[in-house]
Amino acid sequence: MKKEEIPQDNGALNKLTKEVVYATDQSGNYSTGLSTGWDIKSTALDVAWNDIEKRIADAKAKVLSNEASPLLYFMELRLMDLQIISGYTGFWKWTIKKHLKPAAFNKLSIARLKKYAEAFNVTIEELKTMELHEK
Amino acid sequence: MKNEFHHLQAAHCENGVTTNLLRGVGVSQLTEPLVFGIGSGLFFVHIPFLKVNKGPAIAFRTMPGLIFKRTCNSLGVPVVRKKFSSKQKAKLFLDDCLNKGQAVGCQVGVYYLTYFPKEYRFHFNAHNLIIFGKEGENYLVSDPVMENATSLTEYELERVRFAKGPLAPRGQIYYPQLPQNVTEGDIRNAIKKGVKRNINHMLHIPGSIAGVKGIATMGNKIKKWRNKLGPKDAGLYLAQLVRMQEEIGTGGGGFRYIYGAFLQQAFQYHPDEKLIEISKTFTRAGDLWRSAAVQAAGIYKGRIGAQEDYNQMGDMLIEISAIEKDAFRALKNIHWQS
Repeated sequence: MKKEEIPQDNGALNKLTKEVVYATDQSGNYSTGLSTGWDIKSTALDVAWNDIEKRIADAKAKVLSNEASPLLYFMELRLMDLQIISGYTGFWKWTIKKHLKPAAFNKLSIARLKKYAEAFNVTIEELKTMELHEK
Repeated sequence: MKNEFHHLQAAHCENGVTTNLLRGVGVSQLTEPLVFGIGSGLFFVHIPFLKVNKGPAIAFRTMPGLIFKRTCNSLGVPVVRKKFSSKQKAKLFLDDCLNKGQAVGCQVGVYYLTYFPKEYRFHFNAHNLIIFGKEGENYLVSDPVMENATSLTEYELERVRFAKGPLAPRGQIYYPQLPQNVTEGDIRNAIKKGVKRNINHMLHIPGSIAGVKGIATMGNKIKKWRNKLGPKDAGLYLAQLVRMQEEIGTGGGGFRYIYGAFLQQAFQYHPDEKLIEISKTFTRAGDLWRSAAVQAAGIYKGRIGAQEDYNQMGDMLIEISAIEKDAFRALKNIHWQS
């Protein structure tokens, strides 16, 4: 890539910082330049997030129709799979699977709810109602 | 406490942390490309059956931690590396280092990394940054991705140091200790060693998932994605490939350019014209990786999407595989002076 070809599109990271990239000058020597982002890259990120948004909406619908417990919603919202939740809470994967059912979730003790709430960075109230008051 | 420290921005986090920490102990000749090359950072692997964020698991670099480890080993710099099971002990150890004026590298997860924009916060646990001081309750952070130094509160830092999931950092801390004087000759030998190891990784790993063979395998797989996954999921997979490839200045294209820069700088230590020529081949590979990303974007944006377009994308990767194979073979034929 030549210096003058370094993309200067508007990327998600641009709010925060420019990125260092290596590119060649006229005599073919490498040095660093700064890029504000690349359209190709930010679209890839958009595609990923659109899919995530859709999964979150699907999960919410499932919880509202009582097919799943709020855990499913927060799993999607926080991009966590069973392994990651298991890591944060210390629960076995099959225990978490069980808690994905509304009946089992409704019987959870405060102590266990608290562990989930901490993993998702929400309050117990928010965990139960799915109504988030995020800054 | 605030120690004498200069923030350094880099294209890739581990390169940046390694370069800066080594400068801190007096090895000031190193640059990001030299560290990347000596640490044999260039790689490709696609791990079948494993899914990341419901997409394919692809890496364009070596395992996290190895660039630092190899670079220090090759230069004869002793390393301290510690993992913790207790958050309390992890904090004490860190504070202790800072009190002694020692800046340290930390492996962290980015999901709860508060200064990152939301769009970048996935459960990726192999990010690296330097902690170089503490002011009140705040740790001073030098994140190589960022233009300037920043800070994290005690709670925020603990959260990212003990992120969970694949490659969980477990509070990992590392730093180089004062080495004996690192000479030009040491660097020359380290470059030779780094290149040879990289040749091995890219050309001689058995099986077809890693190295240049892995790139070609990936190309052949992409051709089948449209029928196998359907257009929607195939688009998601391609978007994931591009993200792994180009995110934060690194990945496929970016790494090839850094390697190209490395070979130019290696020429200063091993004046062999062939290095300059091979550097150009890596530039070509990097350019082609970027073209492949543009092709993939056409598909996931829905602008194109016929089987023919997938075939073209696959063929591009197969071509890249051939170019990189040539480049590493040419490196293999270099006679290194020692």
